[in-house]
Amino acid sequence: MNIQRIQHVADNIRKRVLTHVISQNGGYMSQACSSAETFSALYLHIMSMPELDTPLKPGLFQGVPSADNMSYKTGAEYNGGHVEGFDRFYLSPAHYALVVYALLIETGRMTADGLDYFNRDGYSVEMIGAEHSPGMEVTAGSLGQCISRAAGSALARKMKNDNGNNFVYLSDGEFQIGQTWEAIQAASHYKLDNLIIFADMNGQQCDGPVGNVMEMGSVADRLRSFGAEVVTVDGHDIEALCKSVETPHENKVLAVLCKTDPCRGLEILRRNAPKLHYLRFKSDSEKAEYTQILNELGGK
Amino acid sequence: MEIFSKVHGHNLVKWAADKKEVIVLSADLTSSCEADLFRDAYPDRFFSLGIAEQNMLSWAAGMAGEGFVPYIHTFAVFIYRRAYDQVAMSAAYSNIPVKMIGFLPGVTTPGGASHQAIEDISLMRSLPNMTVLETGDATDVETVLDAAHKINGPVYIRMLRGEIPRLFKDPLVFNRSRVLSNGTDITLLTSGICTEEAMRATKLMKEKGVSVCHHHISTLKPFTDPQVENAISQAKFGVITMENHSVIGGLGTCVAEIIASKGLNKKLVKLGIQDRFLHGASRRYLMKEHGIDAVTLIKTVEKIIGKELNISESELGTVRIEAVHSESKAEAL
Repeated sequence: MNIQRIQHVADNIRKRVLTHVISQNGGYMSQACSSAETFSALYLHIMSMPELDTPLKPGLFQGVPSADNMSYKTGAEYNGGHVEGFDRFYLSPAHYALVVYALLIETGRMTADGLDYFNRDGYSVEMIGAEHSPGMEVTAGSLGQCISRAAGSALARKMKNDNGNNFVYLSDGEFQIGQTWEAIQAASHYKLDNLIIFADMNGQQCDGPVGNVMEMGSVADRLRSFGAEVVTVDGHDIEALCKSVETPHENKVLAVLCKTDPCRGLEILRRNAPKLHYLRFKSDSEKAEYTQILNELGGK
Repeated sequence: MEIFSKVHGHNLVKWAADKKEVIVLSADLTSSCEADLFRDAYPDRFFSLGIAEQNMLSWAAGMAGEGFVPYIHTFAVFIYRRAYDQVAMSAAYSNIPVKMIGFLPGVTTPGGASHQAIEDISLMRSLPNMTVLETGDATDVETVLDAAHKINGPVYIRMLRGEIPRLFKDPLVFNRSRVLSNGTDITLLTSGICTEEAMRATKLMKEKGVSVCHHHISTLKPFTDPQVENAISQAKFGVITMENHSVIGGLGTCVAEIIASKGLNKKLVKLGIQDRFLHGASRRYLMKEHGIDAVTLIKTVEKIIGKELNISESELGTVRIEAVHSESKAEAL
C-alpha cells in the first residue's frame, strides 16, 4: 500500500472539489472533505478494477435508456466496465458525484477537463449522477435503492461463479431508510460475502446533524444484528481503511463504517456547522476567503 | 366453457424448463401467486426475499443487469403501490428486463382495499419504458409469458390465479386485440375478467338484433393496435369500455385518448370502477356494485341505442360460453 500516493490523491480531490465549488459559487463540499481518503483508498488499493488505457473524456449526453437507446456509454466504463473477477463500485448517495468525478480525474480514469462539463446542459457529468455519468453503475439518486441493486448483482455474480466483489458506498443518513435494512437482511440471508459496504459516517445529512434528524443509536450494533460483519475505522486513516477489508467475513456482508470529519482539511467550513450538506457562499468576501485558502493549499 | 385450475403455476414450470435465465422472486406470497410449483421444480432459480418488496424490486434489477430475467411474483398492490419508486428508478429507468407479475386485480379478491389493485394499469402505463399486459382467460395466462419474455425491457403483467375459464384457443399476440365478434352498432372493448362477463351479454344482445363489435384487449401499453382504431371508427352509436380497474388511467382512458387524438368523434361510456375504493366482498357482489357486470352492460347498450332489449337476469345466467379462435374464427360465438 502506497499511503503517500493515496493521501496525495485524497488531498487533490479536496482541492479539485474546492476549486470547482468556488467557480460554481457553491456545491457539495463537506462530502469531499469527509470522503476523500475513503474514495482514494478504495480506488488505489482496496478494489481490484480493470485499468484503462487512457482516461475517458465525457461526451455529450446520449439520451435516457429506452428500447431504442440501449448502447449508450454507462458510468461503469470509467471503472473499467464489467469484467469477470474484478470488483465493481456502486455509489449510492449520488450527490457525491462531484467527489467521484474529481477522484476519476486524479486516478487517471477521466480526462482533466471532465469537470468542465459538470452540470452543463447536454452533457453526462450531471450534478446528481445517473447511470450515464462517469463512475456511476446505477441511477441511485433515490437513496436506499443502490444497495439492493448491488446485492442482487452480487447474488447473480455468485451464481455465475464470478468471484469479483461488489463495493457499495453509503452515506450514514441512508441507515434511516427501511430499504437499506431490507437489503442487508436479504444479503445476510444469501450469505453475500462478496458485498462490501463502505459508509461515510460523517454525522451530517441534509437537515443537519444525523442525531437531530433521526437518532439511530449504534449503526454498528444494528448492522451486526442484521448479520453483517462490522469494522469501524477512522475514515481519514488510510492504513486503517486499507486493512479494514482484511477483516474475515466468510458468508457475511462486510460493513466498514468510516468515522469522518465533514470539515477535514478545510477548517473554515466548520463555521457553517451544523448546516454542512451544501456550501453556498453568502457574500463575495466569504468566497474570497475560500479562494485564499485554495491558493494557500496550492490550487488545482 | 371449461374451467382450469392453477393455470399459471403449472404453465410456469413447463415454460421455464428450457429457459435457464428465468428466475422467480417472491415476497412471502409464493403459494398465493402459484410460484410454489416453480420453487419446488427449480429451487436454484427461486429466491425468497421476505416481506420486503422495495428491496425485491431493486434486487431484481441488480440480477437483471447480470443477464438473468427475474419474474417477480406478488400481489399487484405490493408492486405498484409499495414499491413504485423502485419500479420506476431501478427497473423502468434502466429499461432492463424485470418482469413483474401482479396478482389480484380489482374485484378478483375479497381481501379488501389493501389487496385489490384498481389503479395499477394507470400507474404502470405512465412509466416510461414500461409495457403493460393483462390476462383474461387460461390461454392468455399460458401465453402472456412468451409475449413478455420477447420484450427486452420491464413488463408488468396483470395476472389471474385460481380457477380460470378458457375463452380463447389462440395464443395472446402482443399489441393485438382478440376479435370476438364483428358488428357496427356498438363497439365494445373489454379486458381481463370483464371479457367473459361481457360475452354473456353480447350473445343475448346479438340474438336481439344488436350488432356488436367486441374485442378483448390484453396489451394496455403500448396502445397502438390499428385493429382497435378501426373497430372504434365503425361504431354507429358509440363505444363502451369495460374493465376491472379504475376508469381513470386504464382501458377506458386508452380508448378515450385514441378517440380524441385520431379525431374519431365517438361517444364513449367507460364501465369500470368509478374513482372509488373497493372493499372486501365477493367478485360477483363487487361486479354488480361497481357496474362491471352483464346487466349494467346491457342497460348501457340500451341507453346508447335508445331501445329496450328485454333481457332478464335469469336469461343471462343460462348463457353458455364456448372457447373461440380469436383470429381465424371471428364469428365463432
